[in-house]
Amino acid sequence: MITLEINGARHELDADPAMPLLWALRDLAGLTGTKYGCGKALCGACTVHLDGEPVRACVTPLAAVEGRRITTIEGLSTDGSHPVQRAWTELDVVQCGYCQSGQIMSAAALLASAPKPSDADIDAAMAGNLCRCGTYQRIRAAIKRASELMEAPQ
Amino acid sequence: MTAHTSGEDSARTSRRMFLVGGGVVATGLLVPWYFAGRGAPSAGIAATRGPGLSANAFVHVAPDDTVTVWLAKSEMGQGVYTGLTQILGEELDVDPRRIKVEFAPVDAAFNHPHVPMQFTGGSMSTNSSYEQLRKAGATARAMLVAAAARRWSLAAASLETTDGQVVGGGQRAKYGDLAIDASELAPPRDVTLKDPAKFRYIGRSLRRLDSPQKITGRAQFGIDVIRPDMAHAAIARPPMFGGAVRSVDDRAARAVAGVLDVRQIAAGVAVLATNTWSARQGRDALEIEWAPGAEPDFSLATLRTRYQALLREPGAIATNTGDAAAALGNGARSLDVEYELPYLAHACMEPLNCVAQVTEHSCEIWTGTQMQTADRDAAAALLGFKPEQVSIHTTFLGGGFGRRGNPRADFVLEAVELAKAAGRPVKVTWTREDDMRGGWYRPFGLSRVRAAVDAAGLPIAWLHTIAAQPVLRGTQFEGFIPPGAPDPTVAEGAADMPYAIANLRVEVHEGASPVPVQWWRSVGHSHTGFAVNGALDELAQLGGRDPLELRRALLAGKPRHLAVLNAAARRARWGEAQEPGHHLGIALQESFGSIVAQVAEVSVERGAVRVHRITCAIDCGFAVNPGGVIAQMESAVVFGLSAALYGEIGIEHGGAVQSNFDDYRLLRISEMPFVDTILVASDGPMGGAGEPGVPPVAPAVCNAIFAATGKRIRRLPITSSL
Ligand code: FES
Ligand code: FES
Repeated sequence: MITLEINGARHELDADPAMPLLWALRDLAGLTGTKYGCGKALCGACTVHLDGEPVRACVTPLAAVEGRRITTIEGLSTDGSHPVQRAWTELDVVQCGYCQSGQIMSAAALLASAPKPSDADIDAAMAGNLCRCGTYQRIRAAIKRASELMEAPQ
Repeated sequence: MTAHTSGEDSARTSRRMFLVGGGVVATGLLVPWYFAGRGAPSAGIAATRGPGLSANAFVHVAPDDTVTVWLAKSEMGQGVYTGLTQILGEELDVDPRRIKVEFAPVDAAFNHPHVPMQFTGGSMSTNSSYEQLRKAGATARAMLVAAAARRWSLAAASLETTDGQVVGGGQRAKYGDLAIDASELAPPRDVTLKDPAKFRYIGRSLRRLDSPQKITGRAQFGIDVIRPDMAHAAIARPPMFGGAVRSVDDRAARAVAGVLDVRQIAAGVAVLATNTWSARQGRDALEIEWAPGAEPDFSLATLRTRYQALLREPGAIATNTGDAAAALGNGARSLDVEYELPYLAHACMEPLNCVAQVTEHSCEIWTGTQMQTADRDAAAALLGFKPEQVSIHTTFLGGGFGRRGNPRADFVLEAVELAKAAGRPVKVTWTREDDMRGGWYRPFGLSRVRAAVDAAGLPIAWLHTIAAQPVLRGTQFEGFIPPGAPDPTVAEGAADMPYAIANLRVEVHEGASPVPVQWWRSVGHSHTGFAVNGALDELAQLGGRDPLELRRALLAGKPRHLAVLNAAARRARWGEAQEPGHHLGIALQESFGSIVAQVAEVSVERGAVRVHRITCAIDCGFAVNPGGVIAQMESAVVFGLSAALYGEIGIEHGGAVQSNFDDYRLLRISEMPFVDTILVASDGPMGGAGEPGVPPVAPAVCNAIFAATGKRIRRLPITSSL
């Protein structure tokens, strides 16, 4: 049995410690918001936060995450109200949507560490997240918009 | 609109319209057959809906005031979830933002109005649904008004609707309160559609209605479907096209923790497990000896050599005006060039997958598909079932680009076969490598262009020979190939190029190869857009003319084309000083009923191409959701740029070379140019938006590279040509 803390809840999973976190989330914990795209840390679709840092769940074995805080897209906010999510809606970022959990998790981690990211910061933080639908231009704009939303008094 | 056409006329007209690729409903000549049946939903559909008004297959008003629309089109990013709901909401007079959206089951009621199939493709979702959904909404609205009129003993004409309510004579009722009464009325034969001047939602850039699900991870894609007692499967597939299992040793695979079973099916050897990872571990532990396909040493080099020989033979004629061969000899200058385009994978972000469950009498399928009818019929044939024993639950698609409408239902049938063998629900999830190497690519193709300009530098002859595998031949759409003619998708965009060239001849060789091919976002235009716009630029150079000015001269009688061309050129400041080291290239392609011109702003430093900006102008006729069209242009530019810069599936030893995003590169955010989109207003027929933005990208960029370096790129991708 492996104990994971996912989105603030404890999950006891009967799984091989070598299993990548991605498949434990999707198939064992039923949290399918985190996506599989490549399995090799090439696309970012599986991005989650580990103690607040973005990681690729497809190459992160369960053994490495036991006892650490895991946040998935389902736990970023309960209602889609995270500033990144609000900015994404406002600017109509999504198309097919498949890459967007990963994009949003990467963007949220970026903004947590750099509240006012430059274009170069955005390139560096987001270049690992592919979007086949080509939503990059809006992702860049939405990250900047989210930065404004985070600053604005609630 | 009550004019009915005979079935034969209708078939002929729809064929022609299909071939021109767009504007299907634009002529207003055809009545969707569905409405000829007075709009009643089929018994199968009606049974799945609760009490309330099911005025037709597309809409339901429940007594609790819930309004639901069923989309016949699949949402794969292109925005039908929003755009089609806008159309229905407009005529029903209900705010689209409060309409519940469902993906339609497979049923003839949801067929394309002029093609007896339920499918999403050809950039036709909006234009082919436009009248269908307007009438669906207007019919339901008329019935709700009639129910109120009867209840209040007032004339229907004295009543109005306002956002989900019927009002008049001092009375007011919500649609939900009228739904049961309305359901007892007969749907009207004719309905009056709204005056477009009164549109509140159509023509507006409504925000996407699927965002709330997609930003929270709640949107369900096929890969996310979980059924009780479901097994997860991974399939070991032959490493070469046409290969098959010779022998398999599955002992080690069966010993992997979590593995439930190993089954050999037509697609290969399937490992079933309690989770995806165990299934893949089991698959890796299989020892399989493969029997090769018919051409075990087949490579792209083999095919290139065959095609190059074909380009020197006469082909089937796709178009022939004047006498191109004779005129070639009369020009002041001429050229003879070859353009080559690689096989390309669709590489949808969501790898292929399908969930199936088969019982003695039924088959249920959950997946993101673009071709429900074909999938259902293939599953029924495999199982020996009647079509109505097969049901399909369409989910969101994590991209489609054509791949999820497979003419052989490949990713669906293997799951059905496996679920039947396993006797329980099964989810097959392809690895990225399976998906990349699984074939059904955009065809590899060659174009040979022989052309000449006169003393004034104007093209007078264009003899164009194309060799590529056909994508319609042998599929459900074969009927759209005129008898004796070549597959129109090979020459589309060349045979019907908009330029005034007096002597134009386009010939086609339908190629053959063990590599299966399929429609890929913009189909033949992805090939011809590159060859035609590239060769035209070469002719401009040959005749000493500016590439924009030459295009203007050849489009003189075509105001819509000129407007698009000029809008892009003006915005990109064509002919004016650019930033140091930046150069421009231009291309225009008419496809799927829309005209798109793009100007690429490019710099090349030490062999590295950087695309800074793409200015994109489109005339798609009337846009239901202009913001959605702009988003599709941005998407198409990225799709086209990934292909132009990097896209290439090589073939060696009968199989694909590339396997994942490290060797099949896609554009990343750090390489993203600024895309500046201009919607050029026109009263032309409603065209498509999903595909037409792709074809101009590669030639615009390559023409800019020529401006920067003097080097012509005639073989894609650019990175392997520069
Ligand atoms: S699935 Fe993990 S990076 Fe692609
Ligand atoms: S929205 Fe489709 S892959 Fe990014």
